[in-house]
Amino acid sequence: MSKRLLQVVFVCLLAVTMLGAGTPNSSFDKIGHKLVCQCGCGQILLECNHVGCPVSGPMIDELHAQVATGLPETGVLNWFIGKYGPIVLAEPIRGGFDDVAWIVPCVIFVLATLGVALLIRMWHRRHAQLQPAIPTAIPNTTTDTMRDRIRQDTDFDS
Amino acid sequence: MPHPMPSFGSFSLLLALVLCTYTLLSGAFSLWAISTGRQLAVSPENLRETSRRAGIASFIAVSCAAFALIWAAFTNDYSVDYILHHTNRALASAYKFSALWSGQEGSLLLWAWLLAAYGFVLRLRHKVDITLSAYASTILAAVQVFFLLLLVFAAPPFAIVPGGVAPADGFGLNPLLQYPEMVIHPPMLYLGYVGFSVPFAFALGALMMRYPGEKWIHITRRWTMVTWLFLTCGICLGMHWAYAVLGWGGYWGWDPVENASFLPWLTGTAFLHSVMMQEKRGMMKGWNVWLIFTTFLLTILGTNLTRSGLVSSVHAFAQSSIGSWFTSFMVVIFIVCLFTFLYQRDHLKAENRLESLVSRESSFLFNNLILLAACFTVLWGTLFPVLSEFVQGSKVTMGPPFFNRVAVPVGLALILLTGIGPLLSWRSTSLRSIRRNFILPCIAVLATAIVLMACGVRPWKDDDATAGIYALVCFALGAGVITAIFAEFLRGAGVIRTQTSQNLAASAITLVRRNTRRYGGYLIHFGVVVMFIGLAGSAFNQSKELEMGFGDSIQLNGYKIVCQSYSQDSNANYDTDFALLDVYHGNKKITQLTPERRFYTASQQTSTIVAIHSTLARDLYVVFMGRNPETDRPIIKVFLNPLVNWIWIGVGVIIFGTFIALVPPLKPGTRRVEVTADSPLEPRNSPLKAPPAFAAEGGPRV
Repeated sequence: MSKRLLQVVFVCLLAVTMLGAGTPNSSFDKIGHKLVCQCGCGQILLECNHVGCPVSGPMIDELHAQVATGLPETGVLNWFIGKYGPIVLAEPIRGGFDDVAWIVPCVIFVLATLGVALLIRMWHRRHAQLQPAIPTAIPNTTTDTMRDRIRQDTDFDS
Repeated sequence: MPHPMPSFGSFSLLLALVLCTYTLLSGAFSLWAISTGRQLAVSPENLRETSRRAGIASFIAVSCAAFALIWAAFTNDYSVDYILHHTNRALASAYKFSALWSGQEGSLLLWAWLLAAYGFVLRLRHKVDITLSAYASTILAAVQVFFLLLLVFAAPPFAIVPGGVAPADGFGLNPLLQYPEMVIHPPMLYLGYVGFSVPFAFALGALMMRYPGEKWIHITRRWTMVTWLFLTCGICLGMHWAYAVLGWGGYWGWDPVENASFLPWLTGTAFLHSVMMQEKRGMMKGWNVWLIFTTFLLTILGTNLTRSGLVSSVHAFAQSSIGSWFTSFMVVIFIVCLFTFLYQRDHLKAENRLESLVSRESSFLFNNLILLAACFTVLWGTLFPVLSEFVQGSKVTMGPPFFNRVAVPVGLALILLTGIGPLLSWRSTSLRSIRRNFILPCIAVLATAIVLMACGVRPWKDDDATAGIYALVCFALGAGVITAIFAEFLRGAGVIRTQTSQNLAASAITLVRRNTRRYGGYLIHFGVVVMFIGLAGSAFNQSKELEMGFGDSIQLNGYKIVCQSYSQDSNANYDTDFALLDVYHGNKKITQLTPERRFYTASQQTSTIVAIHSTLARDLYVVFMGRNPETDRPIIKVFLNPLVNWIWIGVGVIIFGTFIALVPPLKPGTRRVEVTADSPLEPRNSPLKAPPAFAAEGGPRV
């Protein structure tokens, strides 16, 4: 039954993903969103909203011109880096030390996940070691205390 | 005396500094004497009481200083340099008031005043635990001394203009700040920032005195939640201000100053979650202490980033030398925290260990992991340009593309955990329980994804496929989490209905009243998911820009915007250019919008006033970009931003949920009884005979 359900879901997913058509690609838009306006506003080049901005207009013209030459995306970006410096890129994508910007958060996340997993494993083992091998008779007063504690621990109040 | 009010303000600040120093020294000395049993000439208890009273008096002194600055703004006292640079005669009264926090010195004074106000409340409520409150009061006084030293020596708000002769008018307030939200956004944000000093002070104090048990967490729970709420409101008001004023069609630009406010929010949220493990199971004690230490340090770092010029930001105050003050202060705090932790670490031993990977505890651990990973990523992205300049000699830009690429997957993981965590039990969850609790949310996730794709949401066919795919995943996960939350409400309300014979709605209200903290928390989660759905809508934003003459129109996804007219106007404060635009959807006129562009004469700066037509599905966001100097016709940019209202609705739900969580729960076995004068209450210890419905209210927990 569940197998049939999975098949139906898969067919539905396949059907809807195959429908429709894509939109045309625009390298001008794509590259324009990888550059930052150099007027000091810190905005993406194609989103700079200052009318009469002395910088964004000429930069957009330069972008049009570079895209029209047929240069690949990397070539256009390199042209801008050459003219304005690496600060013109909206994100560090030049390789070398720039890669550190991307690698460090991933490494920290992976290390932290491993750390948490190890911690859980260690706690779990220690907890298992603390469990008595053979259950012994527990006096009534102790069971009452335990019951209270369990009630407190498993209380929904959180 | 030529300048009475500035002199009064300066004197008040000096007095506050003296009082706070006394609070710190006498507090520390008395606590040391009490803890070591040393005999002093004065009773340590009396000394402690004088410390508390001096702390209360310092609040009055700082209030006088804040009053003096506001008075100077309202009376146009341009002999005060700060007032000269941040106000002018034509400025509206509300904005004269907000001048208190629109510049470096004023905002530091606001910080000091709010800290004094928090300290005032803490010292008045000292009877909750006299010794712990004394520790917290002394630590707060230490923080306050730092800010007062800054105000007295490094950034005096009452400095007189060079030569002492007041100009006829001021230079005006930054036009971007002349917006109603700017009157409440900074105080909210500061209430959040400063508020974290209180749980920090309690945590450090509890560690210093080896406070037994977890009572300090109960004492600070409301402080932390209220502070978290203020910070949430502050950040969201800032988002709304950016959306309505800056005119770029967005609300979050990952600017360093925005990031600075987000960092303590992330660690504060992690603290609010992980502290439950300490309350319930006596676990994560050291971790929690460091979370609140880190949160406080991040609030100071945020203030430092805004003021030191360490990172470039459009929000930042002018570069100044006070960055080194903040850095030194952070180093001192870190050393004190580290030393106290190392010295007292045996006091923080956990009472319990994790028993199962599939449990509420482990979900809290992963929740903390994700929140801290997000915090690290944002901090890393904010400071990487500085590191890059140090290593490579050239600065790089860490713009929205970096943050979106790294932070969005983390955000999605957080939504997933928001759904999973509350469905797991403490200690261990059985397979049967997992199957029972998760089947419905999983169906909701799949059904939403299929329906959305069937409706045409197929982002992999777009140019920017990643954003669309993330949005699709966000919608599907959001639906799953909402289903899980509602299923929990329905399950609980159903049990109460069978117990009390109430209808489902009344049962749900009873359920919430019985456990306000749990169900308030669910409402907050619901609000967060609604907010995320709104944020995901940005993947489908559209925009168009056109120079418009009379009768010209722009078509955008079913909307037609027709230019009826454009004109100019002016008042004492600013000149304005505006356009009158009729908006049609289909053939029906739905509204008229008036986007403006203002030129403020005093500050010689321009600002946009965006016109927004908002619906639940989308915002039509229209910006007057300016006039083409050749044709003199307005340039209009139109954005169609889907689901933006969901963000603000989500914030409203979060606020409501936090209020619910702050309300004390209905105690089992209690009920309200109206008593008339001729039928007095029975003696207190006599059993109260409740009618069946009320008896059931206090019956067994669901």
